[in-house]
Amino acid sequence: MTFDQILFYCLAAIAIISALMVITRRNPVHSAMFLITTLFSVAGIYLQLHAEFLAAVQVIVYVGGIMVLFLFVIMLVNLEVVSTERRFNKQWIIALIASAVLLVEFGYVIVRGGKSSLLPPVTGPAQDLTRKNSEQIGLMLYQNYMLPFEIASLLLLVAIIGAVILAKRRLASDK
Amino acid sequence: MVEYFLIPAVQILIIFLVLLLFVAYATYLERKVVAFMQVRLGPMRVGPYGLLQPIADAVKLMFKEDIVPAGADKWIFMFAPVITMIPAFTVFSVIPFSDSHTTVFGYPVHLYITDVNVGILFVLALSSIGVFGIILGGWSSNSKYPLLGSLRSAAQMVSYEVAMGFAIVSVLIYSRSLSMIDIVNAQKDMGWWFAVIQPIGFFIYLICGVAETNRAPFDLPEAESELVAGFHTEYSGFRFAIYFMAEYANMILISSIAATLFWGGWLSPFPNVKALSFLQVVPGVVWFFLKVFFFMYLYIWLRATLPRFRYDQLMRVGWKYLIPISIGNVILTAVLRLYFRT
Repeated sequence: MTFDQILFYCLAAIAIISALMVITRRNPVHSAMFLITTLFSVAGIYLQLHAEFLAAVQVIVYVGGIMVLFLFVIMLVNLEVVSTERRFNKQWIIALIASAVLLVEFGYVIVRGGKSSLLPPVTGPAQDLTRKNSEQIGLMLYQNYMLPFEIASLLLLVAIIGAVILAKRRLASDK
Repeated sequence: MVEYFLIPAVQILIIFLVLLLFVAYATYLERKVVAFMQVRLGPMRVGPYGLLQPIADAVKLMFKEDIVPAGADKWIFMFAPVITMIPAFTVFSVIPFSDSHTTVFGYPVHLYITDVNVGILFVLALSSIGVFGIILGGWSSNSKYPLLGSLRSAAQMVSYEVAMGFAIVSVLIYSRSLSMIDIVNAQKDMGWWFAVIQPIGFFIYLICGVAETNRAPFDLPEAESELVAGFHTEYSGFRFAIYFMAEYANMILISSIAATLFWGGWLSPFPNVKALSFLQVVPGVVWFFLKVFFFMYLYIWLRATLPRFRYDQLMRVGWKYLIPISIGNVILTAVLRLYFRT
């Protein structure tokens, strides 16, 4: 095994083990910390794929933004109730079905793609390897995938407006 | 082997030790400057002019009892200060102190550890991790003042990170690169520091930098008059010292980024004016440290001058003024850049 492979297996193992810890810990803050570890090891795998921009953004957005807000909310809600609640409630059947479907999907893709594990050749600006990683992502996002990108940002905008309206209604009813 | 492992390891060790010394004497500088501003003498007893005071403080903190409060989440409580300190020191691996390089035993040695192509994003990513140490430290203490302090800190740092990011983007539009070295070189090619081209961005960055490090007038997370000492109320001994060191390392970091992004890093003042080219006799490293020193002084100056904000004022300034202004600045910069395309 080369150094790269050893590194990959280490990162992958950390990601999977800490993902398991996320769903088995009783204390939500501990779960959040293991989730951070998972996100970090995924960022490490991105680095191995020479996707430096993606790795940095992964840490900034997920670890620095979303997880901070997660912890913020966990601290504000009543922890006593949460920690005594049972981990496995009635939703587990639905969850089992959903994950079984996902497993079958993944298995199908792996079996079908097993013979040709190579990805289809890249077209567009990403072909030009002299450009920098962040520059390539910028060009891809704003040229080839302009419409999906804008749709995603529109969705986020709708979510923001929805959140503001919900909060406003709550404030108005308090008065 | 030597080039990729040994030289960086030695560089990391040197920069780490120098940084520790800087952190220790930043506390001395702060105490002295604040004392002079209040017509006092400051530390005078330990060594001449109190110069050995930081070392005495470090020794004292190391020998103090390490108290873990009853009902605290022990592991998180012990680990939280470390989470704050590691990113604060790691980020210095991409700070370019100067572009000059020497040869040691036939190997080229630069005055920076590494230059990554996503340099500034790496800095932002790591500094966004530091906040976890504060949140977890406050939460795991199992005490109300630290919890309130850490909630304030989380809200404050998340809010001001946004405006800071946009201020940095306005610089990136001109530098056309995320690498710290290329950002300084872009200022060299342009002949101007980015602070001259981007005054609004510079101003916003400075305000957000002070808020990000929880310093006065934005030191709400550790407001003494209402929260005892904020998130580190329950910490004592060496773990308190780690929080303290991380805070000062973060101040040096924010000053270094301000110097690199807005004040031309290792460049001399007005690099394009021929009459001032004699300034280039002074090595770039000296310029860099002078600039960092100025920003550190500014921090202390602000602390001695301005009263603390109220919490709602802080949030209003962040969300209703700084973020819209910084977004407007980015759009204006982009439009100007497109219009006067060179």
